[in-house]
Amino acid sequence: MNDRTFRRSLWNTSVYTAIVAPVSIVLGLGVALLIEGEGRARGFFRTVYFLPVASLIVAMATVWQYIFHPTIGPLNALLSLAGIPGPNWLGASNTVLYSLSIIGIWQSVGFNMVLFLAGLTAIPRELYAAAHVDGAKSALDRFFLVTWPMLGPTTLFVVTISVTNAVKVFETVKMLTDGGPNKASEVLLFTIYQEGFVYLRVGYASAMTVVFLAILVVLMFLQYRVLDRRVHYT
Amino acid sequence: MSNTAIPAGRIIRFALLSLGALMILAPYIFMISTAGKTQSDIFTAALSLVPQHFYFAENFAKAFAKVPMATLLWNGVVVCGLIFFFQVLVAIPCAYAMAKLKFPAARLMMVLVMLGLLVPIHATALPLYVAFDRMSLLNSYTALVAPFTISVFAIFMFLQFFRAMPDDLLHAARLDGMSELGIVARVIVPNAWPAVTAFAIFSVVAHWNDLYWPLIVVSKQAYATPPLGLMYFRAAEAGDDYGALMAATLIITLPLVAAFLLAQKRFVEGITMTGLKG
Amino acid sequence: MSALSLRDVRKSFGGNAILNGISLDVEQDEFIALVGPSGCGKSTLLRILAGLDHADSGGIIVGGKDMAPVAAADRNIAMVFQSYALYPHLTAGQNIAVPLAMKRLSRSQRLPLIGALLPGQKGIRAGISRDVREMASVLKIDQLLDRKPGQMSGGQRQRVALARAMVRQPSIFLMDEPLSNLDANLRVHARGEIVELHRRAGVPTLYVTHDQAEALSMADRVAVMIGGHLLQLAAPEAIYNDPAHIEVARFVGQPRINILPAVADTGRVDYQGVRLALLEKVANGPVSLGIRPEFVKLAPDGRSGLAGRIERVEFLGSEVIAHCRLDLSGDAVVAKLAPHEAMDLIGGMPVGVLLPSEQAMVFGPGGTAAAHRQYGRHTAGTGLCLASRLRGSSRMPPRFTGAAKAARPGCWRHRQSCCCCCSCSCRWPLSSFSASPISSSATASSASSALRTTRIS
Repeated sequence: MNDRTFRRSLWNTSVYTAIVAPVSIVLGLGVALLIEGEGRARGFFRTVYFLPVASLIVAMATVWQYIFHPTIGPLNALLSLAGIPGPNWLGASNTVLYSLSIIGIWQSVGFNMVLFLAGLTAIPRELYAAAHVDGAKSALDRFFLVTWPMLGPTTLFVVTISVTNAVKVFETVKMLTDGGPNKASEVLLFTIYQEGFVYLRVGYASAMTVVFLAILVVLMFLQYRVLDRRVHYT
Repeated sequence: MSNTAIPAGRIIRFALLSLGALMILAPYIFMISTAGKTQSDIFTAALSLVPQHFYFAENFAKAFAKVPMATLLWNGVVVCGLIFFFQVLVAIPCAYAMAKLKFPAARLMMVLVMLGLLVPIHATALPLYVAFDRMSLLNSYTALVAPFTISVFAIFMFLQFFRAMPDDLLHAARLDGMSELGIVARVIVPNAWPAVTAFAIFSVVAHWNDLYWPLIVVSKQAYATPPLGLMYFRAAEAGDDYGALMAATLIITLPLVAAFLLAQKRFVEGITMTGLKG
Repeated sequence: MSALSLRDVRKSFGGNAILNGISLDVEQDEFIALVGPSGCGKSTLLRILAGLDHADSGGIIVGGKDMAPVAAADRNIAMVFQSYALYPHLTAGQNIAVPLAMKRLSRSQRLPLIGALLPGQKGIRAGISRDVREMASVLKIDQLLDRKPGQMSGGQRQRVALARAMVRQPSIFLMDEPLSNLDANLRVHARGEIVELHRRAGVPTLYVTHDQAEALSMADRVAVMIGGHLLQLAAPEAIYNDPAHIEVARFVGQPRINILPAVADTGRVDYQGVRLALLEKVANGPVSLGIRPEFVKLAPDGRSGLAGRIERVEFLGSEVIAHCRLDLSGDAVVAKLAPHEAMDLIGGMPVGVLLPSEQAMVFGPGGTAAAHRQYGRHTAGTGLCLASRLRGSSRMPPRFTGAAKAARPGCWRHRQSCCCCCSCSCRWPLSSFSASPISSSATASSASSALRTTRIS
């Protein structure tokens, strides 16, 4: 357990989760609220934002690799137009985790948005009417009075899904960095895979699997506690 | 949100959404444009979206020549289809029993389901791998499909959906002389379609994308799923021929996107109608 | 000045007219019930009043001020919703406090977490919770304040919703079928309570319901809306006894009024040989005759009245409903009888159906024309009336285009004695009917004359 690779990958997974989960949840909620208020273009935007979910992430990772390419990638070309020297996104150990996070966020915003949209449609219209009549004049007042509390169960579900998905990140790492450079993007699942199925150190991999499971169980326990305290209403 | 939206608010909202949409779409735009560029185009003009020499045909030809696209897509469809079929087959009766029948261990099973919800395939990958190896089942559809046939998530989702179904419907069916299995087949399943479509997207997206498990149990091209095949292609083609890579990417991404576009309305309906909204 | 005035409010959704020019005045202290079948536009009207919807045209004037540009939050109009619309995550006390918090706390003080740290909000919050407790004790829900809506019964939720609406002393009180989710016993009890609360608070109230019993029993005046038109606005007694429109007559009354097709011919109305002599000039042609079931009598021997047959007898305890069919015309006639009158009646037996003409109402052809007029008047002693609604009569001054104007303020307060009279006499010369045999000509006698028929046997 004191192995440096393992600690490194645990830390990287935590950082990745700490970035991807909250950002994609907040953005997902924001987009859902904006789309809910949108009229005609609603279906179009919903489709666009959901597109990454329906796309093969391994395939799209290749596209991102091209976009992030330090010399021929369009992102750095764009930055150099603005006179900013672009970093070596996936190739430098201090940026690689953030680059992967961007891909992770890009991929999961749409999914969270659809879940939030479903939650929003389930809120009774009369509650908003009541809020108007009760004097909640600004959209912010109505958000805190009705939307946010009523979305509670949805939010919990979205948090659960987002966190577990972030903890389970594997595909992009395997495709784009192979844990590198210099183990800067080693994440739990990748390390387990590498140790167990490439170096065939089964015992070591099993031990890490146990830790991985333990993390998930703790997460679930926390969520269950929150669920339990939440008052169910009809 | 706001019923009395002033035009300015609407414009800001529209602008924000458009900006976000552009960011979401950017990779696709680059994918399509790069798939039509020559090597030299790619290296010189990263930002020009319209290729200088239309090279689509050549890139696609290269992708089709180097990657057995048909096999990959077929494998993907077979694996995802089988997984989805078995998941639904197992989950519907399980969920029905837990939602509507009363038996002593129901609560315990509920806890187990909740537990299972968070244990991913990755945690059990090692023992499963050893087992498949012993049975010499590696490199087969069985190895790709079998571990996923019992989906706790599916049970959980259908459970939520069935709970909302009126008990009277089932009482009526029982009075009409149906057996419990008959009820599942003739009352529950026809009414579970929204939940099934919603779950279909969850399941297909997850398994169509999955690289971890195929990477472990498959080592032959013949059984490679789309992600695995794409990885082989990249490894073989030394990553820098982005034109061909993008063409391959485009082909492999397209089926699922098309399927989603066709099903998206029912999917959203399904999510709304199942317990996911809470 | 009226507390609330609606001026020709119109609204349509996608080409469908929901409200066809509704005009209505609500006086201070008044309780008006807006009643009509579902889909008649009454809830839409309420939502427009509250500011939740916008009218296509027309004015909403509250206390002399045009409300069109005012947002719902600033109208100081309280509303009780059909589903109560209590915030499920807040306790009863917090629910009741919401309108006060929105009014008294500043925007930053209302923010979650941060708001509680800002200076100056403690005192305000204490004031709010004092007012909430006061309101709760008025409605006897003190013990519920810490419970969430999910832990309350329907009746308790309804009280909390009432408390939330009343706590900030609104200028107008709107209620959208607040009792429809309660069981029958509780509903009758709650009716009385709401009327009592209204009497004490004195806030003008507009109460939407599809239940005519609620409307008739609770309101000072009843507005009947059908198909987006306000057909009549009058005291409950006038609505029942003197409906201005055939649809009003059909809608109000349980069991439904008997409507029989008749023919008007040179001042007389003829139905199956039953003739009513009308003094008013009625355009020749088909008219409708309305007779409430309680006025229909049955002669078991079949020797008097129109020959018919009993199809079905419903025993309801305090009354008996007999469904009959007339032999000659095939029309169905329903009679409401006291149990002792109906002892020998059984389904299938032949019976004589007596339709007392002095209780009959006459409606002209053309169902939903905008103009309608009443020109029969009742006899004081029996409270009977004859109303006829006839298209194309030039009797009515053109400015009376809506039933809303049929009853003047002032009249309704004295409705026990003279409401009907004032509401028609003030704008309308009382028409007269003469009781006349067929042979005699119909001549005007007096305002209180009833209409008599002669049966041709």
